[in-house]
Amino acid sequence: MPAPVKQHASDSEVHIDIDKDVGYNETPVIKIDSNKHDTMNGNGTLAHSKPKPVNISEVVQKARNTFNSGITRPLDWRKKQLKSLLKMYEENKNAMIDALVKDLRRSKTEAILLEVDYLINDLSNTLNNFDEWTKPEQPPKGIVNVLDDVVIYNDPYGVVLVVGAWNYPLQLLLLPMAGAIAAGNVVIVKPSELAVATSQFIAETLPKYLDNDAVLIIEGGPEEMTELLKHKLDYIFYTGGTNVGKIVYAAATKHLTPVTLELGGKSPVYIDNTVDMEVTVKRVLWGKFINVGQTCIAPDYILCSKEVQDKFVEISKNVLKEWYGEDPQKSPDLCRIINNRHFSRLQALVDASKDKIAVGGRYDAQDRFVAPTIVKNVTTSDKIMEDEIFGPILPIVPVENAYEAIQFINSRDHPLVLYLFSKQRKIHKLFTEQTRSGSLCVNDTIMFYSVDTLPFGGVGNSGIGAYHGKKSFDTFTHKKSCLVRNFAAIGEKLASGRYPPYSDGKLKLISTLMKKRQAPSFTYLPHFIAFALGVGLSYGIFAWQKVASEEL
Amino acid sequence: MTVGTLAHSKPKPVNISEVVQKARNTFNSGITRPLDWRKKQLKSLLKMYEENKNAMIDALVKDLRRSKTEAILLEVDYLINDLSNTLNNFDEWTKPEQPPKGIVNVLDDVVIYNDPYGVVLVVGAWNYPLQLLLLPMAGAIAAGNVVIVKPSELAVATSQFIAETLPKYLDNDAVLIIEGGPEEMTELLKHKLDYIFYTGGTNVGKIVYAAATKHLTPVTLELGGKSPVYIDNTVDMEVTVKRVLWGKFINVGQTCIAPDYILCSKEVQDKFVEISKNVLKEWYGEDPQKSPDLCRIINNRHFSRLQALVDASKDKIAVGGRYDAQDRFVAPTIVKNVTTSDKIMEDEIFGPILPIVPVENAYEAIQFINSREKPLVLYVFSTNKEVTKKLVENTSSGGMCVNDTVMQMGVDTLPFGGVGNSGIGAYHGKKSFDTFTHKKSCLVRNFAAIGEKLASGRYPPYSDGKLKLISTLMKKRQAPSFTYLPHFIAFALGVGLSYGIFAWQKVASEEL
Repeated sequence: MPAPVKQHASDSEVHIDIDKDVGYNETPVIKIDSNKHDTMNGNGTLAHSKPKPVNISEVVQKARNTFNSGITRPLDWRKKQLKSLLKMYEENKNAMIDALVKDLRRSKTEAILLEVDYLINDLSNTLNNFDEWTKPEQPPKGIVNVLDDVVIYNDPYGVVLVVGAWNYPLQLLLLPMAGAIAAGNVVIVKPSELAVATSQFIAETLPKYLDNDAVLIIEGGPEEMTELLKHKLDYIFYTGGTNVGKIVYAAATKHLTPVTLELGGKSPVYIDNTVDMEVTVKRVLWGKFINVGQTCIAPDYILCSKEVQDKFVEISKNVLKEWYGEDPQKSPDLCRIINNRHFSRLQALVDASKDKIAVGGRYDAQDRFVAPTIVKNVTTSDKIMEDEIFGPILPIVPVENAYEAIQFINSRDHPLVLYLFSKQRKIHKLFTEQTRSGSLCVNDTIMFYSVDTLPFGGVGNSGIGAYHGKKSFDTFTHKKSCLVRNFAAIGEKLASGRYPPYSDGKLKLISTLMKKRQAPSFTYLPHFIAFALGVGLSYGIFAWQKVASEEL
Repeated sequence: MTVGTLAHSKPKPVNISEVVQKARNTFNSGITRPLDWRKKQLKSLLKMYEENKNAMIDALVKDLRRSKTEAILLEVDYLINDLSNTLNNFDEWTKPEQPPKGIVNVLDDVVIYNDPYGVVLVVGAWNYPLQLLLLPMAGAIAAGNVVIVKPSELAVATSQFIAETLPKYLDNDAVLIIEGGPEEMTELLKHKLDYIFYTGGTNVGKIVYAAATKHLTPVTLELGGKSPVYIDNTVDMEVTVKRVLWGKFINVGQTCIAPDYILCSKEVQDKFVEISKNVLKEWYGEDPQKSPDLCRIINNRHFSRLQALVDASKDKIAVGGRYDAQDRFVAPTIVKNVTTSDKIMEDEIFGPILPIVPVENAYEAIQFINSREKPLVLYVFSTNKEVTKKLVENTSSGGMCVNDTVMQMGVDTLPFGGVGNSGIGAYHGKKSFDTFTHKKSCLVRNFAAIGEKLASGRYPPYSDGKLKLISTLMKKRQAPSFTYLPHFIAFALGVGLSYGIFAWQKVASEEL
């Protein structure tokens, strides 16, 4: 989700090289709870001031030992961990807000809504449904298997690596972590080293609440990541840019490790002329300017007609003034860019768009501030259309109509989200059927993210796999199919046609037995029974009334 | 039809780039999306199975000297049953899902669409050269993808059958066939594909996986591994022996889910071997090489591999042990008192040799299993529920089957796939459709004033009051369950209707 970082991948070697002009840590160091603490609330914290270099092999080995010990499997243990995590969220709201202020100058509202509350809601949902989700599934079975048990068990994968991103440094790390714990895995979490304060918060706080043998923290950057990926892990969940995503994916193949890759891409917005323009502008700008555009599901660019473009720009001016005042730099509600490298990248984009800026366009390197900026009449060849913007710059690319918009979208990589603003059902249908994207959100932005029954994830260059709600649990769960038979004589007799010496007669018998038939559906049987019960009961009551009245 | 009908006698080199480009163009044209088109293709495929049973049996005879019973049961009928199931459920599976939604979204639509990935590559294996290629292919078609199928070049006759027959039944722009081996595969994998479904060995699986990462292509890898069998002393030994040997010797052990080795106590081992002798004689006669029911090894390379395994196990052979290079025949063989250090315990056997490794008890068996790579299947034979539970909970494997072998494949509601070194992803039944489907989440809102009003607390300038409002709105509550609402309504309807009838009867009787 964060914008792509420069990297060089060779075919065989895992090597991640992120420019180190971060300005915080010249030499990234990892600190983890390397001290052995058996109790959950032990002081698994290390003073952040004197980070010890950590032996990553030892951490992975410790994780492996913990999983093998079996302590993460019992449902009670998992529930206890999750409840303790919920307690951590509740008790550390201010510390979380503070960390986000330090890293991104995040406002309290955005910190609460987009991270703290979001984590709490997701975890509450997990806890509410925990018993249901963890129960082995008993799928329907055919006539052949009436004597057998057919079960799908929810097995943890083992040792899971969750790699967070700097733009939502709490949510994007802790949400998948909670899913991995719920599924019974041991988790190694690696917070993003670019969100320094949050990484520190996690390294200090998490060990106070979670079992230090089962949730291990590795702080650090590309070097630590490269080292980590050499080890055999049972699942890797990575959130970040497409380029590093490919490196992680390639590293995963050495040990046949399955992955979820939550990446990014340029998510388009199409707006037609049937919309309520005032509401549309607000919904688009809100989604764009939360976290000053450093959001993987932020609208990246708009496709619309010239007329819609003009209206959009006009209304935007008023909305932005209303939201951020005359000087947006003074608004307490706008975040700052994470670091100098990303600021320079955005500055270059603003400069390159100079002639086409309709709103905004100011920046301040000292403050790492970029004003909400709208760029008009953008074309494919403009620099701003090259990569995911990941900042408060919103280009508008004029197109004639929906068909042209669809062509435009389909000529590029599959986006993480496609936003569509239109009141016309047939336009909805057109986009739904003729474009491909991780998700689709109609007449709003970002809000689809909060529907816990909608799995969230990309497709193609925007990612592999999905999570949120039950899907987070399922992501970290191997569904172990199981058929349980017995030694009953009848079952053995029926199935013995399979044994040699083969004959046409035996084949026919077993073939008929296995034949797939359109089974009678029992779906509405319970309803029918309920209906019959209603009839029966009413009849009973009437009969009783009759008898009673006759007795009178 | 282009690639499919190349005369097999003079194979023309095929331009793989052109095939992939053609597949891409077909997908972009949109013809594979309509449900009617997909259904038509699947029905035509079913027709192909029905009309070509003998040709399929013949191809399997040529490649593996497969008996008719095994050809029908394990490939032809299996494909027909799976496809019938897909067609029976097609409308249900393809329907966009409408998951439950919370109070915040009552005014909105929440939908999950079933999008095809695009151009899908399905790579088959030689051991079940029809089933392992055509079953996933059918899933990919059902999901609306364009499919490039690559049959295994080692099953020569079947590869030829597919190249000749498939194009007669399926849309030649949407199902493309590439015949060939490692060279063609390497070339194919350089191209951008939207999904790769590979069945084969772990080593090649890793290569396929690595190639997929270049274009961020998701994969399903159906691999193998040594699937163990644990047998305790509570079982019906006669039935156990039959079920294990059947699973081992179909296709002479060239089955990815075949029991690879047995873990049991020495006593169970002795009983197992004794009964096996009788069962094998009953099944295959005095000279198993003369039995028409035993397949042959696919090629000389695999024969030599198995020959070396038999030779290395010489001193421990309890049953069988014969082989005939000319005929590529290896007799059903049981090896006793095997230890971890024996050669036969190194790799997946994939042939008719069944080693027994004595262990003291279930705990030792679990330790043994957990010290190795995760198997594709774990077989357990026991009537002791405690033992079964222990193995279920304390081991990890792709799937499990208790008190039988291979039959788990026959249950279409059980997803089939490995974990760890035995694979990534799963298929069969609905899971085949889902495997080739990107679940596209969709929230549809509208411009109603009330919705905008309620959600406007999210806009700047931020304030604690607005935050509290929106925070309360979004708060996750233990929602009242509406699961039984339809039943309740049905019940109420019953009451209401009965009341109506009684009232009417009353009125009617009063009128009399």
